[in-house]
Amino acid sequence: MAESQTLNGWYELFSRGARDWLRHNEKIREAVRSQLPQIVSGADVINDGARTVRVPVRMLEHYRFRLLSTGDAQGVGQGNVKPGDVLGQSNPSGGSGQKGAGGKDHGGIELMLEFKVDDIVDWLWDELKLPNLKPRAGATEEAEWKREGWDRRGARSRLDRRRSLRESVKRRALDASSPAFTDEDLRYRQLAKRRQPALRAAVFFLLDVSGSMSDRDRQLAKTFFFWVAAGLKREYKALDIAFVAHTTEAWEFSEPDFFKVTGTGGTVASVGLAKVHEIMEQRFDPSVCNVYLFYASDGDNASDDRTAAGSSLDEIAQVARYAGYVEISTGVRSSLSEISSLFQSAIDDGLPCSRFSIAGPDDVVPAVRHFFSAEAQADAGEEEIGGAP
Amino acid sequence: MTADWRGHVPQIEDLARRFGLEWSPVIFEAVPDSFMTEIAVYGLPVRMPHWSFGARYIYQLLQRHMGYSRLFEVVFPGDPGHAYLAASNGVADNVLVTAHVLGHADFSKNNLQFRRCQDQGNAQIIEHAAAHARQIERDIEAHGFNAVEQVLDAALSLEQYVDLDQPLRRERFPEYEPPAAERRDDAFRSRFDTLDAAAAASSPARNPRAPLPPHPERDLLWFIATYAPEMESWERDIFLAVREESFYFYPVFATQIMNEGWASYWHARLLREADFIPEDIYLDAIKCHSDVVRPVATGEQVSLAINPYHLGFTLWEEIIKQSGVEAARRIMREDDDFSFLRNHLTREIATEMGLFRYQRRQNGPIKVVAAEIDELHESLLLDKYNFGAPRVSVTEVRTDGTLVLQHDAQLDGRGLDAERSLKVLEYIKRVWRRPVLLNTIDAAAKSVEFSSEAAAA
Repeated sequence: MAESQTLNGWYELFSRGARDWLRHNEKIREAVRSQLPQIVSGADVINDGARTVRVPVRMLEHYRFRLLSTGDAQGVGQGNVKPGDVLGQSNPSGGSGQKGAGGKDHGGIELMLEFKVDDIVDWLWDELKLPNLKPRAGATEEAEWKREGWDRRGARSRLDRRRSLRESVKRRALDASSPAFTDEDLRYRQLAKRRQPALRAAVFFLLDVSGSMSDRDRQLAKTFFFWVAAGLKREYKALDIAFVAHTTEAWEFSEPDFFKVTGTGGTVASVGLAKVHEIMEQRFDPSVCNVYLFYASDGDNASDDRTAAGSSLDEIAQVARYAGYVEISTGVRSSLSEISSLFQSAIDDGLPCSRFSIAGPDDVVPAVRHFFSAEAQADAGEEEIGGAP
Repeated sequence: MTADWRGHVPQIEDLARRFGLEWSPVIFEAVPDSFMTEIAVYGLPVRMPHWSFGARYIYQLLQRHMGYSRLFEVVFPGDPGHAYLAASNGVADNVLVTAHVLGHADFSKNNLQFRRCQDQGNAQIIEHAAAHARQIERDIEAHGFNAVEQVLDAALSLEQYVDLDQPLRRERFPEYEPPAAERRDDAFRSRFDTLDAAAAASSPARNPRAPLPPHPERDLLWFIATYAPEMESWERDIFLAVREESFYFYPVFATQIMNEGWASYWHARLLREADFIPEDIYLDAIKCHSDVVRPVATGEQVSLAINPYHLGFTLWEEIIKQSGVEAARRIMREDDDFSFLRNHLTREIATEMGLFRYQRRQNGPIKVVAAEIDELHESLLLDKYNFGAPRVSVTEVRTDGTLVLQHDAQLDGRGLDAERSLKVLEYIKRVWRRPVLLNTIDAAAKSVEFSSEAAAA
């Protein structure tokens, strides 16, 4: 009896299945991560305020030579039937009657992986940061030990329990019967010595909600703003975000309201820009505060507003660290839109501006990367501070 | 609890011997269900790591979770053989399983396919596979996880490409053409030789270099391991390890219906004759037997798949009824599933079993079609040809090292799936380290050439 107990214990030591399965999942996560654009834009995170995104993933296929699937198949069955009997309808999705040796075809199984919005922000904002961030004038810089990232190895005292638990939950989301913790789950906080400047930053989100912006356009713009806001809030503690929407008038909104706002009527960009300028004057003095503007619109503007909008933009761009423009472009334009040419001339004047077009959901992630990647900062040609070496 | 069924083992063995079964000793072990699942996934108790097994593992867990599959035992041939029994089996299950295992052990000791494989030195497959796994662990330490995984990606995706008609330890092709056959010493020849002494002297020049391969070669694992221009020796060893395991898997694959049928026949027969088994255990065991060999799942009238246990069991019962055990043993020794079905699945048995052939049109109805018995045989055997894989062989190695593969679309009836083929070519290219081409036909029956280079672009 005792002998058989030990023997069983010995067999329990085998965990090759679990090991290879973890490797499979690791590969899935790599694959999913490369589909970040689809996850980000597919997630209805804005309206229902969900903190997780569910992503359907297929089991990975280990490829083998396979005959062309014609969709037709034949086989032998057993039962009391006669020629001509119809036994049902073939499954439209499953054309794969072919099975490899040993029936290794599990392509039909779909797993639902749940990703936390926080994790997606982690991936999306990996190495992204605000362009041209500068210490506030006169503020002293302090050398400080700062937490920086996580690692799978580290001193026990720096084990991040919350983070490790999160990894474990993520892994167990795939199968509840796997062990509660494995070494793979453990995350340790890393410390790095950083020169930490005293920073203050304010970011303006300006959204055109005029009638020419369709629901889809607005949704794209809001998706962009959502991920930017999520990333910025995580990266910078002392950060103010102001939400402004405009048609022919302009209003400041709270964050939840901003993501719900709709509007009708014409477009006067200068009104929106003026509102931004007004708030900036009142609350965020550009001499002590890093000011950023991100403007999303379909590019149309009242033609008699060109001069006014141009000077409003210049006013802001002269003092702001950076002004980015996201054009929600539904079709192909033969020439630059009103707003695009506005920003282009500011860029030509050497102001720290940039523009990017979003044509569809897949462009949201590239847009975020465009404005916040290291290249964007290099483009602007400003010195970088507090960055990783 | 365990002692209960073990106590019956010697009695069942005695009974089996009286019926003429002969087998090498079998070591029985009861193992946890998790270990059974792993054996089902890997095909061997200890085997090399690969993520594709992980995918199958999840699949198995799901199946088990949904109650679709239950694994009672796995037997490995050898001397001694090993039988792993699920620890969750009841006493009655295990009495049945013991008898079943003896049927398998008898089969694998005597069947030609298994014997040929064991004569090649593959009798210790459990130990060999474990040694491969250990070696691969060492490779991972020495060369890194990703490097090893790449080789396994390629080798395992070509798992079915072995040539069972060639020995496991196979020599390289001769590098040069064989010398021309000695010409007969006839009158013409002796006169010719006197004509020009110089020319005669120069004639035994070097034979020309033989083309590589000299004929289309279907053992891709061996060919790549032997002739890849820049493969590391540890990479070649991985290919040969996978190939050796395939040599073991082939007989299991090629005799599945016969083998499961044979084991099912004998567990049923031995159980019937085993008067030493208490009645309640006997009844439970018989119930278990009828679950295993039932033709269609409970609650269903018609099944679109064949239960190989049921098919094999029915055929053996019929054969033994008609011709007796000795004739059946001869068939068991000499046949594989191909000849077994063609020779013994008659129209009458097929009708009695309610076997039918069906066709499934894309997005259309699944329709029962009339079928001659030959067509029924071929439908049943369709997935068994060439180890269940499309027929692909090496036809050429070009001077720049390009590997040219040819798919026999004519025999397979259609071309290859392009997306998957390109992925496999990518796998191969990483170890062959030169371009890899594959010729086949497309859906319109026009010839196409897939290239590993196109896949990379």
